[in-house]
Amino acid sequence: MSMEFLVATGIGWVTACGIYLLLRGRSFPVVLGLTLIGYAVNVFIFAMGRLWSGAPPILIGGPAVADPLPQALVLTAIVIGFATTGFVIELALRGRHEGGSDHVDGARPGETGDDAEKAQR
Amino acid sequence: MPGDLFSTHLAVLPVLLPAFTAFALLLIGDHGGDAQGSHGHRRLRWARAIGIASAALGLVLAARLALQADHGALEVYRVGDWPAPFGIVLVVDRLSALMLLLSGCVALPVLVYASGGWDAHGRHFHALFQFQLMGLNGAFVTGDLFNLFVFFEVLLIASYVLMLHGQGRERFKAGLHYVVLNLAASALFLIGVALIYALTGTLNFADLALRVPRVEEPEAAVLQAAALILLVVFGFKAALLPLSMWLPATYAASSAPVAALFAIMTKVGVYAILRVHGVVFGADAGASAYAAQPLLLPLALATSVVGVLGALAARTLSRLVAWLTVASVGTVLAAIGLFGSAAWSGALYYMANSTLVIAGLFLLAELVGAQRGEMAGRLEPAARVAQPQLLGLMLLLAAASNAGLPPLPGFIGKLMILEGALGHGWVVAVWIVVLGVGFLTLVGLARAGSILFWNVRADLPACTGGGASPRLLVATLALIGASVAMTVFAAPLQRYTEAAALQLQDRAAYARAVLGEQGGEQADTARPYRIDRPLPSGGER
Repeated sequence: MSMEFLVATGIGWVTACGIYLLLRGRSFPVVLGLTLIGYAVNVFIFAMGRLWSGAPPILIGGPAVADPLPQALVLTAIVIGFATTGFVIELALRGRHEGGSDHVDGARPGETGDDAEKAQR
Repeated sequence: MPGDLFSTHLAVLPVLLPAFTAFALLLIGDHGGDAQGSHGHRRLRWARAIGIASAALGLVLAARLALQADHGALEVYRVGDWPAPFGIVLVVDRLSALMLLLSGCVALPVLVYASGGWDAHGRHFHALFQFQLMGLNGAFVTGDLFNLFVFFEVLLIASYVLMLHGQGRERFKAGLHYVVLNLAASALFLIGVALIYALTGTLNFADLALRVPRVEEPEAAVLQAAALILLVVFGFKAALLPLSMWLPATYAASSAPVAALFAIMTKVGVYAILRVHGVVFGADAGASAYAAQPLLLPLALATSVVGVLGALAARTLSRLVAWLTVASVGTVLAAIGLFGSAAWSGALYYMANSTLVIAGLFLLAELVGAQRGEMAGRLEPAARVAQPQLLGLMLLLAAASNAGLPPLPGFIGKLMILEGALGHGWVVAVWIVVLGVGFLTLVGLARAGSILFWNVRADLPACTGGGASPRLLVATLALIGASVAMTVFAAPLQRYTEAAALQLQDRAAYARAVLGEQGGEQADTARPYRIDRPLPSGGER
């Protein structure tokens, strides 16, 4: 199997898992889903500079040079993704604390936030 | 020479000014959530003064840039003086300057309003406000797609926290939805950007405009897919139809000044659609020309209709205004979807007006709600408000302008859009939707106004407070007055928006200004996929 096939199916599989988790009703799987999608996207950006082996991303006179720009873009995307993930985790925790339920709508369908709070007590 | 220094770096100042203000505000610190503490209160007063002074200075800078852009020359700022397609560029053309001016015009009154008390309801309001401004201004001046993403993230991260400002369960629920949806959209943004880079080897708008036409089938199909992924992202930010349902809940759950500031945030999406789909994937894009056209116009018209229907069904004034935001974005995007300079000119004029009016309406909704006792903003009979004439007149002006009654600027903007649609295949649909939506907007706001001001329950005691404080009233009046002023200065503004639309379509001039001698047709790509090619001279160390 070629490297391209492995990377492409890997990105696809991780994205699929991420989307599945993103569509769950509780905030923790949703955050995990966002994280997985973030990983898949980062590898995708990296792959958009084409896949090279043994090619450094710097001009040193060798025969092959990998494209340095997607690698720089990926670094930026990783930093931003890290910050936003940290924020959304904190937000999910606060939402759980405020609403008494970790459901993304503040309460499971069919019950209000107050019911969940009572059930918890 | 300090004067030279100022004019050389003028283009980057709208980004740097709020950034440094925000740093300074963070250093000053916060009152720690205790609005009554005397020590903390002094800090809050300082934060207010610095924030408002910085916003006022930003407005002056934006006005200066707009005057400069009106001469027709593009202000290109190469960060670190790296040559264009390789380094980061900021470009201020007429459109960017107009958007900067608009965000300044919204930010200053909103900040004055927030200083009337809202900023004490949570921590670091002023610093976050400045970070949001930095993101907005950066998105408007950046000259490449990846920095557009970075500035989107800056303004979004600030907006996540601002949206939660004041806290409360409803706000946390809407806030979690808002954050998760935006993070998913950001992931899509990166996929679109990466695909475009893979096929063209550049993310610079000027360079893209030159390289996109050279991508031929079958690669052009992937490029169009990338363009449509970006349409999903920008459409989500702008609240284009299937992706607009988050907006009313989020805006109605935010505090009034934050919602008013967010009125400009949807316009970032509109701006990005105009820049990317209007220009880069516009008329001269070869095989990828008009990639967004089959979707943009019908969806925009549907957005407008759904927005106004939502406004008719709304039960609170702030939700009504939030739905009107959706309706006005639909009208603007429909005009952009017509892909003609006359329609674009109308779109810009109408967008400027509707942003000001809607920001004013969000503030007004809270002023009215504060005087109605327990009913607050709900559209049900309640006690008499303390200042029916003043607030009623403001609502009347805003409603008439938003609905497009002559002689207010909403009318002029809609007229320009209607004229721009003439000769287009969709002219009948555009006319029916724009006029029908205007009528229904008027119905919705008239219904709200008559319930709020006339349908008074005599059994409840009238509001005894002395009415809204002058600071809040002045801020709201400033926004609505700015909209009215757009009628007074309609002729120069219209000339400006027409010139802006023409400038957008002149891709060659944009490329010349940004890329200069180094770039464009002469510059070879920096991408090392062909090993046999000679190294670019700038690439050697």
